[in-house]
Amino acid sequence: MKNKNPIWGFFASVKLALFTLFFLATTSVIGTIIPQKESVQWYIDRYGETTANLFHILSITPDMYTSGWFLSLLGLLCINLIICSLDRFPGVWRQIKADNLATPLTRLEKMTPQCQWQSDNPPASSASTLKTALNSHGWKAKERSLDNGILLFAQKGAMTRTGVYIVHVSILVIFAGAIIGSALGFKASVMLPETRTTDKVYTFDTHAAIDLGFEVRCDRFKLEFYDNGMPKAYRSHLSILENGKVVKEKAIVVNDPLSYKGITFYQSSYEPYQEFLVAITNKKTGLNEHIIIPYREQHSFEKSGLRLGIINAEGRGQSISRMKIWLTDDNGEPSLFWLDDGEQVTVERTKNNYTVSAKQMYATGLQVAKDPGVWTVYTGCALMILGLIVAFFMSHQRIWLYIQEESNGKSSILMTGNANKNKVNFEKTFQILTQTINRI
Amino acid sequence: MNSSQLIGITTFTYLFSTILYAALFIFKNKRLGPLATIFTIIAFLVQTAGIGLRWLESYQMGMGRAPLSNMYESVVFFAWAIILIYLIIEWKFKTRIIGAFAVPFAFLAMAYASFASGITKEIVPLIPALQSNWLIAHVVTCFIGYAAFAVAAGLGVMYLIKNTSETRQSTNDSTLLGSLPPLKVLEDITHKTMVFGFLWLSIGIITGAIWANSAWGTYWSWDPKETWSLITWFIYAITLHARYTRGWGGTRIAWLAIFGFISVIFTYYGVNFLLSGLHSYGSN
Repeated sequence: MKNKNPIWGFFASVKLALFTLFFLATTSVIGTIIPQKESVQWYIDRYGETTANLFHILSITPDMYTSGWFLSLLGLLCINLIICSLDRFPGVWRQIKADNLATPLTRLEKMTPQCQWQSDNPPASSASTLKTALNSHGWKAKERSLDNGILLFAQKGAMTRTGVYIVHVSILVIFAGAIIGSALGFKASVMLPETRTTDKVYTFDTHAAIDLGFEVRCDRFKLEFYDNGMPKAYRSHLSILENGKVVKEKAIVVNDPLSYKGITFYQSSYEPYQEFLVAITNKKTGLNEHIIIPYREQHSFEKSGLRLGIINAEGRGQSISRMKIWLTDDNGEPSLFWLDDGEQVTVERTKNNYTVSAKQMYATGLQVAKDPGVWTVYTGCALMILGLIVAFFMSHQRIWLYIQEESNGKSSILMTGNANKNKVNFEKTFQILTQTINRI
Repeated sequence: MNSSQLIGITTFTYLFSTILYAALFIFKNKRLGPLATIFTIIAFLVQTAGIGLRWLESYQMGMGRAPLSNMYESVVFFAWAIILIYLIIEWKFKTRIIGAFAVPFAFLAMAYASFASGITKEIVPLIPALQSNWLIAHVVTCFIGYAAFAVAAGLGVMYLIKNTSETRQSTNDSTLLGSLPPLKVLEDITHKTMVFGFLWLSIGIITGAIWANSAWGTYWSWDPKETWSLITWFIYAITLHARYTRGWGGTRIAWLAIFGFISVIFTYYGVNFLLSGLHSYGSN
């Protein structure tokens, strides 16, 4: 790949990477200053017709980050990453697989750090003791006989040279995951009132209906507060139904969603209604009735002939914490009592007893997402962290020992080495190693 | 003794540390060195105890949550991380003068946490969105990164001061700036600190993305906070590439260290107050 053509050279250059990153960084600022994903009218109201139009033409609004030009910049970064890595990786691979025992002695003599000493033993026995010593320090040495002596070579972390390419690949894997997610997945939402069931959700961008292929029901929504009035939890009890049968149930809260068949339901918002869910059980007959009743309206139960109304309520903002219930079975005076939201009470009447429970009705706002690319993205993220650690904190360290035969049957030893990164640290390692093995 | 008092004390002890390191730098009295270090370590331990106590107090109040969930707590942790990283650098590179440029960041952060108006010091319970195991991982990793970038910016300032004086070739720099480490060493430490910060920022962004996905079903939504963290990431990515492959060094890297930190401050602080978005927990 040496005599590269200019186009290849352009896409392989780090200069292009620097420019792309620079343009991504600077243009990304725009979308943080000009609010995204607002309506056409919103932009006109805020910026005036001319400016709003200009933003629209430049695709800065409504969503700059999915606009053609921004995606092109990201695409350019990918091409740059691929070509640059393809361009450089073969050379790095050759360095990893290099026959270091073929390194010319003239080069070794010039290398630093360096250390020389004499041994009373002949080269062959020196070499074997040195090899054992190196081995005991974690350096697996290879050996080759040369004309005038023996060359030993040992290395650590040759594969760490791939670190930077692991990072580059990780970015491509993350992009691949993002593409899989946007091609095969969806982001949608649904406002689901308690007791209701839906088999459709609506996408964020176009509000198109998506068929879930099963049904989801909101059995119950509960708002919990801390003593100081801050919200503590938004809890939706959801049921998944297939052919009318419950196949999965879970109470979801923010940060703890429900997943079924690759589709995940997230607690996102809620909407309080001016209506109440009331359940009444006749203690004698066991007859159980559920109704939804508006505020301050009387309801007559068909089977039992009971009449009930919620005549007063207290709470925080739109959320009711307790309500006053009026109840009569036309035997004696009507019962009047306060009941906490979601609680149950037994009402004793002259001829019969009833258990009554009531709660304010809510709709739960669910975000519904299907993203088959998410694990690809996470794999990319893990690769990135791994690659960064390897690229920044690990180095390829090499040491050579040349054992030369002296005329008197003794040998002289030249030890040298290098590291591709963190040379100061390597020099320390080298020094310690020489101090322990040059006594041999 | 409660956590607010302990943390309040740290503001003044870091001020005193700053003065000690500045005195060491200006008067070159070697005896001040160990004193500054010991004092800073004690201040650091007091702050650690303060943060730990605040955690404990939240349990006593029946909330039991890590002290990492609002502006006050994050600034306190930021100062803590700056001192931690500085002390590691002092120990690793055997130089104390850097303290005069790094410790002030911790003091300023603590002063801001203690005295700025509109900062709640109260321990309040976690709103639903923050009730996640990812809270600790995300905040800790981000702020270790931010703290490293703060120290790198301090080193960048040192480099520029020393460099200007050397190019002027003034004869009297032996009196004041002579005590600064050689430019080569400063550049090396700046670079290493930025590399360290870059790794943690990357992990911080990733943990944030995973958290967002478990809370909202989308790991990246180009919300201003996310976007600014990515802009910061791009700036440091540019810096590292420029140095590794185009041989940039010296003043350029020093300026990039400062410029990068400005972006960090905007990501951390500016976005909360100037731009709107999902990530508004830190603003009070």
